[in-house]
Amino acid sequence: MCITLFNYQENLLPAMRYSFLSVFTQALRGHTGWKPAWRKAEPAPSYDVVIIGGGGGGLATAYYLAKNHPEVGRIAVVEKGWLGGGNIGRNTTIIRSNYLLPGNEPFYEFSMKLWEGLERELNYNAMVSQRGIYNLYHSDAQRDAFARRGNAMLLHGADAQLLDKAQLRREVPYLNYDNARFPVQGALVQRRAGTARHDAVAWGYARGADLRGVDLIENCEVTRIFQENGKVTGVETTRGTIRAGKVAMAVAGSSSLLAAKAGLRLPIESHALQAFVTEGLKPLIDTVITFGAGHFYISQSDKGGLVFGGDIDGYNSYAQRGNLPVVEDVCEGGMALMPMLGRTRLLRSWGGIMDMSMDGSPIIDKTPVDNLFINAGWCYGGFKATPASGFCFAHLVARGEPHPVAAAYRLGRFAEGRLIDEKGVGAQPNLH
Amino acid sequence: MRIFCPHCGERGLEEFTYAQDAERARPTDGGATPTKEWEGYVYLRDNLKGPRREYWYHGGGCHAWLVVERDVSTHEILSVTVP
Amino acid sequence: MSGYRLSQGGVIDRARTVNFKFDGKSYAGFAGDTLASALLASGVKLFGRSFKYHRPRGVFASGSEEPNALVELRTGAYREPNTRATMAEIFEGLEAASQNRGVSLKYDPLAVNNWLSPFLVAGFYYKTFMWPSGFWEKIYEPMIRRAAGLGRNAGMPDPDCYEKTTEFCDVLVIGGGADGAAAAIAAAEAGQRVILCDENAPLYALQLPESVRLFSRTTVLGVYDGGTYAALERLTDHLPSSSAPRQRLVRIIAKRSVLATGALERPIAFGHNDLPGVMLSRAVGDYVTRYGVAPGRNVLLYLNNDDAASLIPTLHGAGVKLAGVVDARPRSSDALYDAARAAGAPVYAGAAIIRAVGAMGVKGARIRLAAGGELSLPCDIIAVSGGFNPNLALTSHFDGKPVWDERIAAFVPGILPPGMEVVGKAAGQGINANILPVFHSGYVPGKSFLDLQNDVTVKDMKLAEREGFASVEHMKRYTTLGMATDQGKTANVNAIGVLAEALGRGVGETGTTRFRPPYVPVAIGALAGAHTGRYFRPMRLTPTHGWAKELGAVFVETGPWLRAQYFPQPGEDWLSAAQREVNTVRLAVGICDVTTLGKIDIQGPDAAVFLERVYTNSWKTLAIGKVRYGLMLREDGMVMDDGTTARLGETHFVMTTTTANAGRVMQHLEFCAQILWPELDVAMISVTDQWGQIAVAGPKSTATLAKLVDAPFDLSDEAFPYMACGALTVYGGVPARLFRISFSGERAYELAVPARFAHALAEKLMEAGAEYGIAPYGTEALGIMRIEKGHAAGPELNGQTTAHDLGLHKLLSKKKDFIGRAMAARPALMDTQRQTMVGLKPVNERDVIRAGSHLLPVGAQAKAENDLGHVTSAARSPTLGSIALALLAGGPARMGETVRVYDPIRGGDFEAVVTSPVHYDPEGKRLHA
Repeated sequence: MCITLFNYQENLLPAMRYSFLSVFTQALRGHTGWKPAWRKAEPAPSYDVVIIGGGGGGLATAYYLAKNHPEVGRIAVVEKGWLGGGNIGRNTTIIRSNYLLPGNEPFYEFSMKLWEGLERELNYNAMVSQRGIYNLYHSDAQRDAFARRGNAMLLHGADAQLLDKAQLRREVPYLNYDNARFPVQGALVQRRAGTARHDAVAWGYARGADLRGVDLIENCEVTRIFQENGKVTGVETTRGTIRAGKVAMAVAGSSSLLAAKAGLRLPIESHALQAFVTEGLKPLIDTVITFGAGHFYISQSDKGGLVFGGDIDGYNSYAQRGNLPVVEDVCEGGMALMPMLGRTRLLRSWGGIMDMSMDGSPIIDKTPVDNLFINAGWCYGGFKATPASGFCFAHLVARGEPHPVAAAYRLGRFAEGRLIDEKGVGAQPNLH
Repeated sequence: MRIFCPHCGERGLEEFTYAQDAERARPTDGGATPTKEWEGYVYLRDNLKGPRREYWYHGGGCHAWLVVERDVSTHEILSVTVP
Repeated sequence: MSGYRLSQGGVIDRARTVNFKFDGKSYAGFAGDTLASALLASGVKLFGRSFKYHRPRGVFASGSEEPNALVELRTGAYREPNTRATMAEIFEGLEAASQNRGVSLKYDPLAVNNWLSPFLVAGFYYKTFMWPSGFWEKIYEPMIRRAAGLGRNAGMPDPDCYEKTTEFCDVLVIGGGADGAAAAIAAAEAGQRVILCDENAPLYALQLPESVRLFSRTTVLGVYDGGTYAALERLTDHLPSSSAPRQRLVRIIAKRSVLATGALERPIAFGHNDLPGVMLSRAVGDYVTRYGVAPGRNVLLYLNNDDAASLIPTLHGAGVKLAGVVDARPRSSDALYDAARAAGAPVYAGAAIIRAVGAMGVKGARIRLAAGGELSLPCDIIAVSGGFNPNLALTSHFDGKPVWDERIAAFVPGILPPGMEVVGKAAGQGINANILPVFHSGYVPGKSFLDLQNDVTVKDMKLAEREGFASVEHMKRYTTLGMATDQGKTANVNAIGVLAEALGRGVGETGTTRFRPPYVPVAIGALAGAHTGRYFRPMRLTPTHGWAKELGAVFVETGPWLRAQYFPQPGEDWLSAAQREVNTVRLAVGICDVTTLGKIDIQGPDAAVFLERVYTNSWKTLAIGKVRYGLMLREDGMVMDDGTTARLGETHFVMTTTTANAGRVMQHLEFCAQILWPELDVAMISVTDQWGQIAVAGPKSTATLAKLVDAPFDLSDEAFPYMACGALTVYGGVPARLFRISFSGERAYELAVPARFAHALAEKLMEAGAEYGIAPYGTEALGIMRIEKGHAAGPELNGQTTAHDLGLHKLLSKKKDFIGRAMAARPALMDTQRQTMVGLKPVNERDVIRAGSHLLPVGAQAKAENDLGHVTSAARSPTLGSIALALLAGGPARMGETVRVYDPIRGGDFEAVVTSPVHYDPEGKRLHA
């Protein structure tokens, strides 16, 4: 496998380049010289590739398609609302590659490597912060399962470390070690994991795609997918008909709704996931921590808010909001693990719609309709995948065959029995 | 959400477990081979917006499996029946 | 020093002086004061420093919408950052400190950010800090993080406790003002059960019918499905620290709700409008009327509407000087003129305040007059009003988008959550339409703040628009406007107004503000309630827990259960104790509480047919009084669970499940019975808690049991062979069930008695077995023996394995349909190269296999492509040494081969021989020993 990850030589147009110097220069003239981060494109009658969905997946796909596969021709992204308005703009910003199964780990590790060069790649500070992630274990069985996972990560060339309680306590002293219902015994650590500024990822890819000539078309909802003789020919949108040589769907929680327009049923069910942020605090938690005996994980944003979350609400939903039992469950987990959080105030909660797949792993594949491609099933873990998801989907769309690290993400794996079920809970999407 | 269990009365969401939609029927072919029908039953979902019937388990109460007609866009519950 | 206590007025108790400290200095206020009112009365103007530029800030509002006056309240572990001084009621001994500042509030070195502000515009960080590449995490980010944030978390466990309750009512009234009270009274008179929640302390005694339940100091935080409302009741926040619950999360289940939350004032932005002394007009009025405090001595009023003119008579009546009224409208109303004339204050109609003048507080204002020209007026308070926004946050917790109402220049509620009704100002009623929408007073040099707390200015908005972040959502995210602790309550509408202006559109078409729960920030502790520490989740104890404790057992969390892990003798560590326990079972007899295994009682004429369908193997042929091992698949063909099921009668079975899957199997069986096959006459119930079950295992188990079993029950191998079961009584009449089954591989039984007898049974068994050297054993010994015997358990039943993978394919009946049959036959699941369960033994006896190690071909490079599988379970057998179970690609074909056991994360790398999973007594002779 030979892939050029980054092209450092490639320079953007000098006028558009972001740097200390450009900010300084602009400050002297009252910041009146900044140009829009991307053009407001109008839909053209026809494109070679139409990407449906202007979220993280769609924008990254557009960027890598334009950059790595310029031969595909003209590219548009059509977005029903505003760019970056889906799950890329409402997640808890964690990036990591600490997966267990061989179908997943190479893909997420590839994504991790893309994250590590993203700022220079995009000339946009997405604030990738490799603050590490601690997955806590609370029993011998959990420790062994994490050892298995950590060993798998190491075999795949990722980094992993298994800490016992004493080591963990030195590094993360503020957990509840002494009065816990499920005492913390240690952690699986990935030091290269961390967080990134989610909106900036969308904007950075949008800007990069725009600079490479991709038309980013907002407020443009696809209402029909046209096909002739089993082959896709274009889309009807709220802003008119667009003919397309290839159509690539990357619409996360809306995947089933869109696929239905092409006559497809997917192994996906949409679920609501809530996320939470507290009031701003001075630095308190300098890493990402995941509770192993309850549904709770937490990190602190650069702005000071503690960003945390837990389990999905557990029922099929297209409403971007959740209910109280999960709010309480998550806060109970938080308090059980970090009793110092008691007086910290939850500032805002919000919800997103997750495309929960039937084995908890994503789908990047062709569909039974020729030239119609799908990127879906990200469950609640799509953010960390954004770079690789776009990279591999672009590869598939351009070449018609899967990228090696995403080769397991086939639509047909359910019929064949090639499942990638990290949690081992089967076709029960609310348990993944 | 509040679900009116026909056995127990109206109870909070925390007492119930959602399983799946109630629109698919288990194939009755004896099940020796993994046909398309089986793939559809086990793995494929319509997953559309609007009202639909689904199975909920009252595990925190009477242990009945209920058929709840619910709008998945608004979470409005339209009916609850014991199958 | 400008504010002062008026000689009269307010609903404070002037007879009760309350002493408190702010930034170490002592002050006094009165009972009923908030920290803000008491400090204003003492002449304090400077409350904090702003988020980004560290500019001095004072009190801006009088309620929970306060953006500026945030303090750290209390000390030590009780320290509570970001507390609104406007909501903190003072109590004797209260200590508060300003936050986000340098050495002191007055001298803050980070105020240098204010001078750097030309570079620190909206989104500057997206364009910078990228070079050199390693600097972000090491230098820039820590620097930004230290500067950002607001107050400091105490860094210690919260010493307070919290509660949760659930309340039910017909009508929930939110807001205890005149409209709310009227709604509550009307509903109560109509015979409805009413709950009224009011955010404030009960300053005024509301005249309510007795049937109305009043929750004071209670803020409704959020609206959820099914008429569920979350509210926070502040129980002791207004008192010195104590052991009483601090706050209570009240879940209110209401058939209907009435939102009567009134309106929140919004300001007009102008230059330096963040100086201490710039306040909302209604806040100035509130301090006068509620607390008897004049926030300043010379108030300049800047407004664009008639509602705010009510401040004029309030100030005049209280004897506070009014410097003038700057009215954005070309012509003020007659009433305003009359009031101003009475107060002796000039009115500047069609004028605007360009900027506030002063360094650490307002000293005056620069005014642009209608006729052109400018004027400076001295003042120490600028009371500002840009209009009133219906306080509609709770209406948009569902999908309802607020709608712009041109008439009152404000957003009014759109589609409401089901069952909600909005009354009064919250609905936009009673808000004076005589308003000229003005969001900022003109683009002038200097900073005009829209979001005071996040330091977002009019210029930032224009920059965001210029860079294309022009949709409301993009603007919000790019500038961080409205993302501060006040959720933009005083900022959002003005920001949309400024954006609309920049885009040349109407406010309504530009966008709406959406609010998310909670309405005000809420302590995580309150949302967790009592479910913290050891009480995070309920704990299930086995019926012999007390007995095991007396014997010195060490316990381990097993899901919700606490089980005896091992019973150490003096000088023993866990391993030597567990190995001794194993030896005792193998050589004599041991007992172990196995109550935690799920027990499901299944009865009915179709019970056998039902088992045929849920298990993969045959059940119709099982004789009464016999037990059979059963395997259960999920519908997707993967192994779900295993266990033994006993036939107690023609129509009566008792199923056991693994401890971990007990609940899930129960749910699954009920689904099968109720949904899939309603035609079957079968019923089931969990009896896990009803029967205490004890395993009696070892060659002396029969002899031990014989002493307890009541005559005429016959324990002989002929009468009660392996896999027999039956009902009996033990030690003189206690009803019991006996199963001759074995997990350990030894001659063994499981004896079940009603749970209340289990403790006594354990003691009787110990007495009966004493002569054979009986010992209790725990989960460690249990684990060693099951690995010795090659039984699959949790690590192998991991939801990713098939019956073939576990060597259990003989249990897949070919003659009948069962759950999971079809999908288990998928091609990839039948692949012989799948990882299959095998046993492992290290080549070198000194090596110890650990679970979680991976398996590689000997001599192959350690990389993923060569990964053959992993060790699922490992044990240190007292007789066999290190042994393990593993899932190995093409396992059965590799029997006798050597593989590399690779555990880099813990530093293990050695070779092991692939063996049968059954390490001990493969012929099963011990079962009959």
